[in-house]
Amino acid sequence: MGKKMDTSAIGGCNPEAAICTRAVTRDFQAGQQTITVLHGIDLDVKAGELTFLVGESGSGKTTLISIMCGILWPTQGEVKVFGTDIYDLSDDELVEFRLNNIGFIFQQYNLIPSIDAASNAAVPLIAQGMERHEAREKAVAMLEKLNIGDQADKLPNQLSGGQQQRVAIARALVHEPRLVVCDEPTAALDAASGRRVMDLLREVAVAEDRACIIVTHDNRIFDMADRILVLEDGKVTHDGDHMPEDH
Amino acid sequence: MIWIAIRMLTGDPQKFFGLVFGIAFSTLLITQQLTIFVNLLERGASGVYNVSSADVWVMDPVSRTTDVAYAMPSTALDKVRGVPGVEWAVPHIRAQASVRTKDGDLEGVAVIGVDDATLIGLPKNMVEGSIDVLSQPDSVIIDDVGTTRMFPGQSPIGERLELNDQRAVIRGIADAVPSFTSTVVLYTKYSQALNYVPGTRNRLSFVLVGAENPAEAKALSEKIEEETGLKAQTREEFARDGVQFIIDNTGIPLNFGITVALGFIVGVAIVGLTFSLFIRDNIKQFGALKAIGVTNGKIRRMVAAQAGLVGLIGYGLGVLGTVGFIQAFSSNPTFKGFYIPWQIPLISAAAVTIILALTGWLALRSVLKTEPASVFR
Ligand SMILES: Nc1ncnc2c1ncn2[C@@H]1O[C@H](COP(=O)(O)OP(=O)(O)OP(=O)(O)O)[C@@H](O)[C@H]1O
Ligand SMILES: [Mg+2]
Repeated sequence: MGKKMDTSAIGGCNPEAAICTRAVTRDFQAGQQTITVLHGIDLDVKAGELTFLVGESGSGKTTLISIMCGILWPTQGEVKVFGTDIYDLSDDELVEFRLNNIGFIFQQYNLIPSIDAASNAAVPLIAQGMERHEAREKAVAMLEKLNIGDQADKLPNQLSGGQQQRVAIARALVHEPRLVVCDEPTAALDAASGRRVMDLLREVAVAEDRACIIVTHDNRIFDMADRILVLEDGKVTHDGDHMPEDH
Repeated sequence: MIWIAIRMLTGDPQKFFGLVFGIAFSTLLITQQLTIFVNLLERGASGVYNVSSADVWVMDPVSRTTDVAYAMPSTALDKVRGVPGVEWAVPHIRAQASVRTKDGDLEGVAVIGVDDATLIGLPKNMVEGSIDVLSQPDSVIIDDVGTTRMFPGQSPIGERLELNDQRAVIRGIADAVPSFTSTVVLYTKYSQALNYVPGTRNRLSFVLVGAENPAEAKALSEKIEEETGLKAQTREEFARDGVQFIIDNTGIPLNFGITVALGFIVGVAIVGLTFSLFIRDNIKQFGALKAIGVTNGKIRRMVAAQAGLVGLIGYGLGVLGTVGFIQAFSSNPTFKGFYIPWQIPLISAAAVTIILALTGWLALRSVLKTEPASVFR
């Protein structure tokens, strides 16, 4: 894990930016070969917008979002999240930073099967050290906001896939993180359900002081973005509020 | 987070019970086998324990245990009595004999002849009858193990035996610690025993000694050795000799050692496998927790809590099982007087701790190695 690189030659970050990446590269070792997946990504992501990260399979979307949310070290470059140079933190500080600032919506939800929906949604609060009943109360309130308050006492396997996803969304938002990241939220859903989830995310996840980044290659929902970043072979090739014509 | 860890574990009953079973099984095997081992070894000292009033045992220098003794001339008694510090000294005879029951069965027995006047050498308590019955002619007292062996389900009182061609009548039952081989023991007066045991001279097996100052039995035994040329052992020394004799002359330590080792190995195997499966099943959840913001330190504590819970329940069940076993078999003469020495639960607790630390550490390694970034894959 190569940590901090020399970035003195790179332009500084806009202090307003929620997320700022400068000259971020990432290599993976495939046997003897080194493949470079990201080639010098410079990005500013604003709070208050729904930002889409789109691109073909293998273009490096997941790699980039992982780096932006502090779970994957860049090979080179600098990543600031709300002004904090996150890869300059110690391991435990970074974990703590994620716990307090980032909400994750995983594609496979990764709910804990043996605790009910409310407890699952309360996990970040419990991890922060909040007393369990208080954490559950907040989680139930979040589930209610997501219209599944009546499912709070059910175990994940008693819920439909869509309901499980809402529990996962509740878990990502319950501790009011300043950055929410979401990998392929609609990949497994039909068009209508996909749009409903996106409506929901827009309603609950987008806030003035919160950045929300969604990785997707689902062209059925491209129109719902405030901003679209296109990644091709590890480079950002488009940045705007629409998809470019040739996609 | 500890609560979540516990729920993760108990929410998977199959693995949870598998883990608890593994620990309980190991605990039971280790505790129970060690208990039987220690109690059996102590049977080597039963002859000493049954004569609680003797502070020092005096014997021929070649004698080793209560059952492996070479007879001395009867003059030994007077020599011992002459040693200063000896409060009393009485003769004690122990010999093998064969009895024929009235049904015609042949049984090897131990005949123990105790001092005619004081009856020192008898077990402290009687199950039935009084020690005074020995004053009647041809009387013997049988021990309780002998009763269950020779007269299962019936009273031996009044039964006539042919003891090395001499007549003997059972008139009492003694409450005795069984010997290692659970041999039937017949107690009688010294003078009577001389009739039962063949030979004419040198039939005195031991001289039992009471010390004027029991706290200085060791010094007294040394003095007796010095002055008589005989071998003198304190109660504790002679008990230890009996135990050591069994250790040296039987395969018991090896056999029990193997079983205990198997208990440990099987525990490691069951618990290790189940623990790894459990972790593997939950690796995605652990990965998610790590991404969300649970430090490796907290993950360690979670797995430790899971191991601790399994350990507590499994260990408790295993020890309870051993207690239950001992209780259930307490009426069986083979297990008479069995108890669990306090060290044994500690040993099995240490074994359980090692099993869980080892398997928990192995299982934990894969969690700690999991990259949080894997959650997006
Ligand atoms: N841990 C890894 N080790 C080796 N190579 C990796 C690793 N993670 C990603 N890669 C490689 O990096 C490239 C980009 O992967 P990434 O997952 O970021 O793509 P993606 O845009 O998210 O694709 P998809 O739409 O299929 O999810 C791929 O070629 C992939 O094989
Ligand atoms: Mg991807």
